[in-house]
Amino acid sequence: MITHPKPEQLTEAVARWIEQIRPQLDPRNQFLARVAANALAAVSRELTLGDEAKAAAVQRLEPILGHGGSYDGLVWELCEKLRAGELGVDTPGLLAALRGNVLDQLAIDQPAYKHDRSSLP
Amino acid sequence: MTVDVPAALSRLAVRLAGEGARVEAAQRLTGGASMETWAFAVEGRKGREELILRRRTAPFDPESSRSTSLAAEAALIAAARANGAPAPPLVHLCDAADGLGEAHVTRRVAGETLGRKINSDAKFDAVRPRLARQCGEVLAKIHATPPPAAAQLKAADAAVELDRYEEAYRASGAERPVLELAFRYLRDHLPAPCAPVLLHGDFRNGNLIIDPQNGLAAVLDWELSHIGDPAEDLGWICVNSWRFGRPDRPVGGFGAYEDLLAGYEAAGGAPVRLARLRYWQALGSLKWGVMCLMMYASWATGVDASVERPMIGRRVSETEIDLLNLLEAGL
Repeated sequence: MITHPKPEQLTEAVARWIEQIRPQLDPRNQFLARVAANALAAVSRELTLGDEAKAAAVQRLEPILGHGGSYDGLVWELCEKLRAGELGVDTPGLLAALRGNVLDQLAIDQPAYKHDRSSLP
Repeated sequence: MTVDVPAALSRLAVRLAGEGARVEAAQRLTGGASMETWAFAVEGRKGREELILRRRTAPFDPESSRSTSLAAEAALIAAARANGAPAPPLVHLCDAADGLGEAHVTRRVAGETLGRKINSDAKFDAVRPRLARQCGEVLAKIHATPPPAAAQLKAADAAVELDRYEEAYRASGAERPVLELAFRYLRDHLPAPCAPVLLHGDFRNGNLIIDPQNGLAAVLDWELSHIGDPAEDLGWICVNSWRFGRPDRPVGGFGAYEDLLAGYEAAGGAPVRLARLRYWQALGSLKWGVMCLMMYASWATGVDASVERPMIGRRVSETEIDLLNLLEAGL
């Protein structure tokens, strides 16, 4: 893939430009421009973190399902088994594996999102 | 049909405040695929009045919609106010002569609705510790309100809600293991039946007007009102997505579970156990996750072209981590 520029540099350039012109917009479009810049930032993060996150997710799911496979295949199978109740909260390692996968996804989608286990009584 | 809202508001001003009345500072606040909100002021002979217009921008099907009509919302506001729950007073229910379609006008209540400001701005430091209790008190009043017959509200318990959102999730085609796990878990742990009450349906930080001195001044957005389990409303305001950066304060990011439940009981609400509230908090996170998928779908199918909609689809992962936190704690 071409590296001069890398795709995440293109998204970054567009996001910076949106930030530059944002103050000139009406309130509604200022809000939408911020959403647009956020969308580009998520794309940038997916471009840089996505492959690694996917590989890590596969590694976490393999021991739960007892075999290897593609990311899409493993997620599909996991969904089927959770829906059928064959796997659930009592399945050893399941919640920890899901936590790892979700945290990686959250790092791409919304790295600033604050959640907290300790807020539960 | 496109409506020239500022022009229609100018005609409405005369209807509301008499000959010579004029509209000032009409500004669209929010707008989605189905509903718009405008702030405006009417300057008439009796002075200036700050108002809010809500109008539907897409055809409304009362059979399939989860929302009530705006006429129903007007009836709900009146009923809740009569029972002591604060809601912005209705000024006018629009009719064909107004040319605004399905719409209503309420008085603008002063205060803050932005969750992040309410939770973090020093201006609210003094009132913040009282908010959770006030929310409990107001919910008790809403839940004790006889449902207005004119509103024709639907009933839904946890099983019905799970059916509805699981259907929407399946239709989306998304495959999200945490949502699957949550659907199954919540189905296997349905709460015992209880006497259904009038629910607000969207009682959360963001739909509350908070006054820096007096706290909870008004509850907005009654369109998701229905009949159901009182713990649904109590759990919804505790969903982490409405804590705006303060997960350590479970009620709206401003207060404690105990204060919410104590206020609820003190104002006459039947005692609700924390475990039941947290069941509904989890169901709330699950619902919000599916709603995010639905909003993405409304963009993907061309119903709503806004850039906001697809980006909301990336908020599903926030509900997944919140669900995992709850499931790991045994709810």
